[in-house]
Amino acid sequence: MAAITSDVEVEVRRPRRGVVVGILLVAWVAVYFVLRGIDTLTLGSQETTTLHRWLTDHRDDLGQGNVVFDAIRMTVDQFVVLLQNLLAQPAYGRPVPVIGWLGVVAVAAYLAWAFGNWKVALLTAAGLGFVGLQGLWRESMDTLALTIAAVLLSLLVAIPLGIWAGLSNRAFRVATLVLDLMQTLPTFVYLAPLTLFFAIGPAAATIATLVYAAPPAVRLTAHAIRSVPAESVEAARSLGSTRSQTLTKVLLPMSRSTVVVGINQTIMAALSMVTVAALINAPGLGDTVLKALETLDVGVAFNGGLAIVVLAIVLDRVTTAAGDRPWRTASRRRRILLAAGAAGVLVAVWFSRTYVWAAEFPTSVNIGSRIAVTTSNLTNWVQDVFGGFTYGVRDAVTKGVLNPLEALLTGSPWWLVATVVVALAAVLGRWRGALPAAVCSLLLVATGVWHDSMVTLASTLLATVVVVAVGLVLGVWAGRNRRVDTWIRPVLDAGQTMPPFVYLVPFLALFGTSRFTAIAAAIVFAVPVTTKIVADGIKAVPVATVEAANSVGSSNWQVISKVQLPVARRAITLAVNQGLIYVLSMVVVGGLVGAQALGYDVYAGFTQSELYGKGLAAGLAIVLLGVLLDRVTQAAARRTQRFPRRGDKL
Amino acid sequence: MKKLRYAGVLTAVALALTGCGGEKIGSQQPAADGGNGKECGTFNLAVNPWVGYEANAAVVAYVATKDLGCEVVKKNLKEEISWQGFGTGEVDAVLENWGHEDLKKKYIEEQKVAVAAGSTGVKGVIGWYVPPWMAQQYPDITDWRNLNKYAALFKTSESGGKGQLLDGDPSYVTNDEALVKNLKLNYEVVQSGSETALIQAFRIAEKDKKPLLAYFYEPQWFFNELKLVKVNLPKYTAGCDADPAKVACDYPPYDLDKVVSKKFADSGSPAYDLVKNFQWTNEDQNAVARSIAVDKLTPDVAAEKWVKENRAKVDGWLGK
Repeated sequence: MAAITSDVEVEVRRPRRGVVVGILLVAWVAVYFVLRGIDTLTLGSQETTTLHRWLTDHRDDLGQGNVVFDAIRMTVDQFVVLLQNLLAQPAYGRPVPVIGWLGVVAVAAYLAWAFGNWKVALLTAAGLGFVGLQGLWRESMDTLALTIAAVLLSLLVAIPLGIWAGLSNRAFRVATLVLDLMQTLPTFVYLAPLTLFFAIGPAAATIATLVYAAPPAVRLTAHAIRSVPAESVEAARSLGSTRSQTLTKVLLPMSRSTVVVGINQTIMAALSMVTVAALINAPGLGDTVLKALETLDVGVAFNGGLAIVVLAIVLDRVTTAAGDRPWRTASRRRRILLAAGAAGVLVAVWFSRTYVWAAEFPTSVNIGSRIAVTTSNLTNWVQDVFGGFTYGVRDAVTKGVLNPLEALLTGSPWWLVATVVVALAAVLGRWRGALPAAVCSLLLVATGVWHDSMVTLASTLLATVVVVAVGLVLGVWAGRNRRVDTWIRPVLDAGQTMPPFVYLVPFLALFGTSRFTAIAAAIVFAVPVTTKIVADGIKAVPVATVEAANSVGSSNWQVISKVQLPVARRAITLAVNQGLIYVLSMVVVGGLVGAQALGYDVYAGFTQSELYGKGLAAGLAIVLLGVLLDRVTQAAARRTQRFPRRGDKL
Repeated sequence: MKKLRYAGVLTAVALALTGCGGEKIGSQQPAADGGNGKECGTFNLAVNPWVGYEANAAVVAYVATKDLGCEVVKKNLKEEISWQGFGTGEVDAVLENWGHEDLKKKYIEEQKVAVAAGSTGVKGVIGWYVPPWMAQQYPDITDWRNLNKYAALFKTSESGGKGQLLDGDPSYVTNDEALVKNLKLNYEVVQSGSETALIQAFRIAEKDKKPLLAYFYEPQWFFNELKLVKVNLPKYTAGCDADPAKVACDYPPYDLDKVVSKKFADSGSPAYDLVKNFQWTNEDQNAVARSIAVDKLTPDVAAEKWVKENRAKVDGWLGK
């Protein structure tokens, strides 16, 4: 019954919604010209509110010397140190790690072969050899140790939570909110307090990484389980499966490929934290990059960043191959081969423990300095050739789009902006949109950084629109074409894990210190995740469905727009959400290249103790912006998505 | 498949043949360092992320290791976190502190976990700078009274129709917003947010002859590459910056100093005496910073080079 009435409503309302939104926006602009400059809640960059000062005073109240924190710290510290002793650092009275480079390469390649296939095994050996040749063996192993620790701990927490959120609607709602918080609250807000709880050391670095890296795995696991067709679950139930049988025999196997995407995203996120963790003395490649950037040595920084990207690609391909491998018992021949391989690995490990040449990566061939020089020359060339043109692009976009948008958001009285936002949310998503919009707007005012929030919002909106557009195009392309997917993926991985400052230094030369530069950085970082999730969604569209559409003579465009996109819409909603969140997680990096506003506030709070409270408030404002935008788009999507299905029936 | 197996066996044999000729681990390792190190023990040195600091740290670490036999653990940390480490015992010394009155108050006066360890001898200057070509073309630009005359030159997409004054890393003290207001300058402070952004801006400004007015400081390795020219603000007099909202004068000269943890100061470690006596000049620091930043030497090699050339000074720190 409800369905019938809503059908009618929807049909009547559909044309009106766009008109109402249009009228609202026009009215806003009109009122803006009358009221601009009133109640804009501007706050200077060194000014603070009572709330900020209160937060500053209470920074250290939480848990120093707490028993629970100490226990966690000890466990994590030991785990990381164990891994470091194995792979990276001189240990147990020997001048070299337990396993030298030859052993590490052998073990890694063997594992890749055993769990994946020989192609990824080859890739693993080549990748590890490459970072060794770059002259970064020990740094890479330190980073690898920290990453493995953070990813394993993340998955330990994330997979069960993801399953829970996949099965229970209430858990899903709570989890979404907490994950939004974990992903968008800038690391700089909790980095300093974290070292207070967990001391300066591997534990703090691992946990900082974990907080940022765990959410994708939870989200994608939950998403995967919820995407299993209801029919399959019902079939299993009707055959008398218990709940746990349904989970282990139906839900988990059917969602495996998406869960693997989640694990991959966790690895990527963990590696993208490498440079931030280096600020609290995490050893490894992050430190190499930071040190090089102190002197703006893009070449050396790029060399370090490249090693991170190579590690990311190896880890990603191996886990993907492991995820794709069908579970079956190994054949006799394979078992013999596996045993022979294991013996070979043991020999290699023994070598690496006995001989210097197998323990320490040979330094005779070093391609690292050549990579560094080539990169420097290349960036200089790009700067020289495109320098003038890029400033023109920046000015055009800034004056044409960004400045008017920002003026409208920052120049209107706060209550006008809030009213318009709530009204828009109500029109687009009814109460589901309006309620979070109202709550978030009021909380934003309470943080005391309303004006800065509006500046950041303007840049965020622009960046997200571009990210979603580019991500959709690339994602559909890669999802429909395997070859494109193979070629585009390393580039996407690089975008996600290359430390931003490595490409931001040339960006700064091309676009100057500006909001545009910050937007460009956010786009580079957020497009990959959007693309990957869209591609995964498009690939998951049943082949039969696409073929059916092709057989009735649909054009490519029709197949994409009428079949693939609608069927993959859950994945697309998730891709939009992650695109937005990744844009927001770059706000602070943006603050370091001229975005000002919230990103700058957060970083200032991290570096000046008097501004800590303001930094925290700004961090929370970023979270609020994320929740606000996400809830409104989700609510709007939920309503729009009804059309194609019902329309088909009619 | 057989081929694969043969290949495996062959590789193993080949490895065994080539490998067995190699040097064994530990064969060339000298016996343990001896009792020398015990006297000093472990010395936890915070390394804050800028090259000048790294120069200080490199030389102190080099001397502490070679002359005192300490086991120096360098920890790469931001300032605030280093100070926090005084309390938890993870950091013994900070070797170049730029003002940071707030941290001094919190950790020296209130928590009493840190103590001052005197000046490094290096003088810090903060101010507004223009690239050399501007100082040449517009000689009177170095007087703040003429800044309004040139405001239009400094307009950018970020400065909202006014001239742009580019600020840097928020770790450093800044009164620029108040200064612009109180000196009635037609400028807008734009936060670049990082030293990287500032340096890159100056590079481009000099290369493409673009106007730029920005907050910067000395000593800084970048002056080896480009001699920026300081704009003179109204002269600093003691107390003229007492009220942050009413500041209308230049930044004070900074005496960069050292801070150590209370525990370290009371420990009687020879490393503490070294830190306390460590003092050099802007030129000394710049020589080492230049080796690191421009000549790309590792901090340790840069320190070794400087120490060899300046043995007398080092002996002074060691009380020899």
